[in-house]
Amino acid sequence: MSANLLAIFYLISGVLFILALRGLSSPETSRRGNLFGIIGMAIAIGVTIISAENFSTGFIILIVLLVVGGLIGALIAFKIPMTAMPELVAGFHSLVGLAAVFVAISAFLNPEVFNLGFPGNIKIASLIEMSLGVSIGAITFTGSIIAFLKLRGIMSGSPITFFGQHLINLALGITIIGLVTYLCITQNEFLFWAIILISLIVGILLIIPIGGADMPVVISMLNSYSGWAAAGIGFTLENSALIITGALVGSSGAILSYIMCKGMNRSFFNVILGGWGATESSSKSTSKDQKPVKSGNADDAAFLMKNASSVIIVPGYGMAVAQAQHALREMVDALKKSGVKVSYAIHPVAGRMPGHMNVLLAEANVPYDEVFELEDINNDFANCDVAYVIGANDVTNPVAKTDPQSPIYGMPILDVEKSKSVLFVKRSLSPGYAGIDNDLFYRENTLMLFADAKKMTEDITKNL
Amino acid sequence: MEIDPFIFRLSIFILAIFVGYYVVWSVTPSLHTPLMSVTNAISSVIIVGAIIAALAGDSKNIFDTANIFGYLAIILAAINIFGGFLVTHRMLAMYKKKKKEKKVN
Repeated sequence: MSANLLAIFYLISGVLFILALRGLSSPETSRRGNLFGIIGMAIAIGVTIISAENFSTGFIILIVLLVVGGLIGALIAFKIPMTAMPELVAGFHSLVGLAAVFVAISAFLNPEVFNLGFPGNIKIASLIEMSLGVSIGAITFTGSIIAFLKLRGIMSGSPITFFGQHLINLALGITIIGLVTYLCITQNEFLFWAIILISLIVGILLIIPIGGADMPVVISMLNSYSGWAAAGIGFTLENSALIITGALVGSSGAILSYIMCKGMNRSFFNVILGGWGATESSSKSTSKDQKPVKSGNADDAAFLMKNASSVIIVPGYGMAVAQAQHALREMVDALKKSGVKVSYAIHPVAGRMPGHMNVLLAEANVPYDEVFELEDINNDFANCDVAYVIGANDVTNPVAKTDPQSPIYGMPILDVEKSKSVLFVKRSLSPGYAGIDNDLFYRENTLMLFADAKKMTEDITKNL
Repeated sequence: MEIDPFIFRLSIFILAIFVGYYVVWSVTPSLHTPLMSVTNAISSVIIVGAIIAALAGDSKNIFDTANIFGYLAIILAAINIFGGFLVTHRMLAMYKKKKKEKKVN
């Protein structure tokens, strides 16, 4: 196959990838979009294999590896529970990162194959592209592993900070730039390995200071990195499919990071520099024990909701932890039967990744046209009888509007306080991730339901 | 005077960033999780580099270090491609509209 024809095929798969993302603009077109993505991938892999024109032992190994990898991937995709989606995505990011590192290494060791020159005499431009790809890939790899461990709960979600952390990161970053420059001058193989090693360390250091609830930003950021790594390799290999994809994924992750940061009213750097949750939680938790709290049981909650004409459900990370989405849907079904209008309100940073709550509700067969984003539903709280807050906390805290001293001041919140009564399902009065007390707990119209989210929801359903 | 092919690739890259910017802003927020899993799958198109690396060289010497790194990258990327597209498919299959026959009363 001629190089030109090959390039055209890569261009076609690049376009199909754009259509795959375009399809996600609505759930109806999304499935077709995914199909476009699969076709694009099949074309890219197919033409690459054909054009290699090497149908020897290596070819058989290649097919075996594709099948083995494919089976592992398929198995994971079908077995994974929806609640584990954040860590799955983090895990997948780490694989992209590592794959980018491996491809860059083999390009470095065997540059003739990719028309990059010869070992010890690789084109400068290629060396720079390769080093960028390998460095971002390595950062993505270890960073995603840390994110995975934190999301999975193997590693504590609390930020790990130490003195001079950011200076060390800065120094390591400058070292990498220095090494790349030196590599271009000397072509020394050792420098290439050093770049990889330091980048691996940077990946770890970059993610450990970031706390659990900031994970939506981290995942989006790593998503973006994996794209830039792919683009770097794409430049090295002069492959337009890879360059287009890298740019798409890179900007996609960047936009998601931006949306997540906006959802918390924090700057990107503020999140990345980390350490928020840890510093705040210890301080302001002294005076609250005196304040009276109204607590109720499932019976009270059922009574309130049965007699309401409209109910808004506010799910949060706690719902995912308790796996309460199915129980919640059953409760809503029972409510609808008695003529109550029910809708769901999703805060942009609810959960541990962008869109986390939406996927869980979809899994529980909640129709997506009953689920609303913050700006679409926030005015409805004023007219709603009951707000049922299940596993959310900080995103409902009115202090974000009233107290300029609060760390969450300015964060857009769901106006749960405006509804006639608020039901708060929570295990205890403990503050949320931001470590600040939620004023709503002590309001006259708030009823606290102290229990596991799933159990409480089931009990309410029984009492309806 | 000839233009360096690098400039062409850079043009593709910059234009693709803009395409990505507008396309991703049009993605509905409720599909942000599938967006992440599908971008994950498509970024594994890096497998084309892995395939070239793996099939390089003559057939007698298929376990050169460079080839082996190619093989490893193929497995990783294959996991991602199949896992990414299938899990996206699984998620998207769950997004349903309200049923028409649903009647209150």
